[in-house]
Amino acid sequence: MNSRCAACKYLRRRCPSDCIFSPYFPPNDPQRFACIHRIYGASNVARMLQQLPENQRASAVDCLYYEAQCRVQDPVYGCAGIISLLYQQIHNAETEIAKTQAQIALLIDSNTQEQQVYLHQNIEVESDLNILLQEQGDEFSLLGPPNQASSGFI
Amino acid sequence: MGGTSPCASCKLLRRRCAKDCIFAPYFPSDDPQKFSIVHKVFGASNVSKMLQELPAHQRADAVSSLVYEANARMRDPVYGCVGAISYLQNQVSQLQMQLAVAQTEILYIQMQQEPVMPAPASLGEPDDKSFLLHPQAYLNFASSSSNVIHDSLKRESIFGHDMVS
Repeated sequence: MNSRCAACKYLRRRCPSDCIFSPYFPPNDPQRFACIHRIYGASNVARMLQQLPENQRASAVDCLYYEAQCRVQDPVYGCAGIISLLYQQIHNAETEIAKTQAQIALLIDSNTQEQQVYLHQNIEVESDLNILLQEQGDEFSLLGPPNQASSGFI
Repeated sequence: MGGTSPCASCKLLRRRCAKDCIFAPYFPSDDPQKFSIVHKVFGASNVSKMLQELPAHQRADAVSSLVYEANARMRDPVYGCVGAISYLQNQVSQLQMQLAVAQTEILYIQMQQEPVMPAPASLGEPDDKSFLLHPQAYLNFASSSSNVIHDSLKRESIFGHDMVS
């Protein structure tokens, strides 16, 4: 004897061989149809399924079950509440990303400026050194080769 | 006594619009489409039941969310609102990943700017660096709502193909 699907059990009716509910409401999960029925009603669900190609009905029932559960958990906002929360999360994440990228730009900028100051200082030191060497070189040539000079360098 | 016009619900249902009609405050007669779509998806008696179970000050929001869901279901008869949830959840994940990458980049830059020979006082403070060994810490942005969604949407067997529209 074939067992009735969960929908026909819930509706207390005979489950025909071409029952539109039976592929999606197995008898071992009565809660599934009960929840969907509470929010959408049996005739609405049957009509929605009939308007869909067969290969899309399983997904549609899964989604209806999910939405019905959301509505049971949150009778005021249902799924719309979750969507609103997700939009808020997106906004928060985008704000944080913008702040973080601004921080990165500042850090890179200050890093670059420090490097430029460092390079500039090095150039100055180098040119001072060159001048000093030049001066010493001049003195050296005036004094002649080392073996002739007394301690010419101070 | 001049009779008031029946609300959109009672007009569609072809019944007398009582003074205490539960639909009247939320389905004015000048917007028949609003009730029509909610009736198509949820049915008038289910909507009436849902509104009766709520305190009066929450009914307007409930009607707005029902209208929203009904519109989503009409636009997408297979996935309805769940399609939008899946898409937005995907966006949140991608943005959280971007944020984690950006924050790691800051740490990297800050590390490069630190002096090569740290002062003795700062040695022996491994905590500042330990998170670099555990980048997953930056990816833990779990929220309670996303847990609700993950429980249902993670199952590959439910949605046979990519739902993102």
